[in-house]
Amino acid sequence: MLALHVLSAFSLVAGIITFWVLIVAVRRTDTPEGTLRMGPVSRLANAVIGIGMGGTIILGIWLAFSVGGYDIWDWWILGALVLWVIAAALGQRAGNAYLQSVKKAQELEAAGQTGPNAELLALNRTSDGVVLQVLVSAVILLIILDMIWKPGA
Amino acid sequence: MNGLLAAMRPDSWNFPLLVHAFGAMLLVGGLFASAGITATARRDVGFLRLGYWALLAVALPGWVIMRIGAQWIYNKEGWDELPDDLIPDWLGIGFFAADVGGLVLLVSLIVGGIGVYRLRTGGGAGLLRATLVLSVILLAAYVVAVWAMSGKPG
Repeated sequence: MLALHVLSAFSLVAGIITFWVLIVAVRRTDTPEGTLRMGPVSRLANAVIGIGMGGTIILGIWLAFSVGGYDIWDWWILGALVLWVIAAALGQRAGNAYLQSVKKAQELEAAGQTGPNAELLALNRTSDGVVLQVLVSAVILLIILDMIWKPGA
Repeated sequence: MNGLLAAMRPDSWNFPLLVHAFGAMLLVGGLFASAGITATARRDVGFLRLGYWALLAVALPGWVIMRIGAQWIYNKEGWDELPDDLIPDWLGIGFFAADVGGLVLLVSLIVGGIGVYRLRTGGGAGLLRATLVLSVILLAAYVVAVWAMSGKPG
């Protein structure tokens, strides 16, 4: 169970890293086709993030109840649960920030405008999205630090 | 039991463990991103390049950090003072995956690098597909390694 919990964490981080690569790539993308081209990879990254978020919380709670010496109300476990909720909320907001450019790209494509578009480029360079992605990454790093140091255990 | 052992881990082991785990996560994340991007690239040259750069700029530094962390925690835990026949299976699996995997990563970077160079003249897609296959094999190997390192069988 611990191995599956750790593998879930790896799955979550793999998804976040994939989004970082896409965020860097999309900053130079100003066409609807180029923007929508990221769709299949971002869906893949979303899937592994979903597996990672679900696996870490379900297996983490199961481990807290089943492994002797740990309790769900231990400060480091409660801290991890709070950070997990914060990461989930921030991740959803980061996703929504980049969804704006996907919607714009779909509108442009539907209107037959396939060339470069300044508004689309600006949406792809959203600073809100980058800040939220930095925050998600920082919160996940805090959870990893908490899992290794187990403060108060 | 593993949880209890982890709880008993001296504080001085935590930072080397963090370095090792952080590097391993970067490595797996870089391999996943590279494989995902290359697999969905079809004939898109920009995407094929992006997949290769994920391997070079994320997975390779991840491997270096992971391997430094591995050696650091190995020495901290005193495994280097034990004879080889007392080294547990999970540690052997981890070292095998790290070292042989590092070699495979290097080969895939060289093959992919030639592929990216050949993209300029319209070729190279086949070499980048070979890099994709190697990345998927590495990902599978590292999933086994993560399971072995955290589950500690044997």
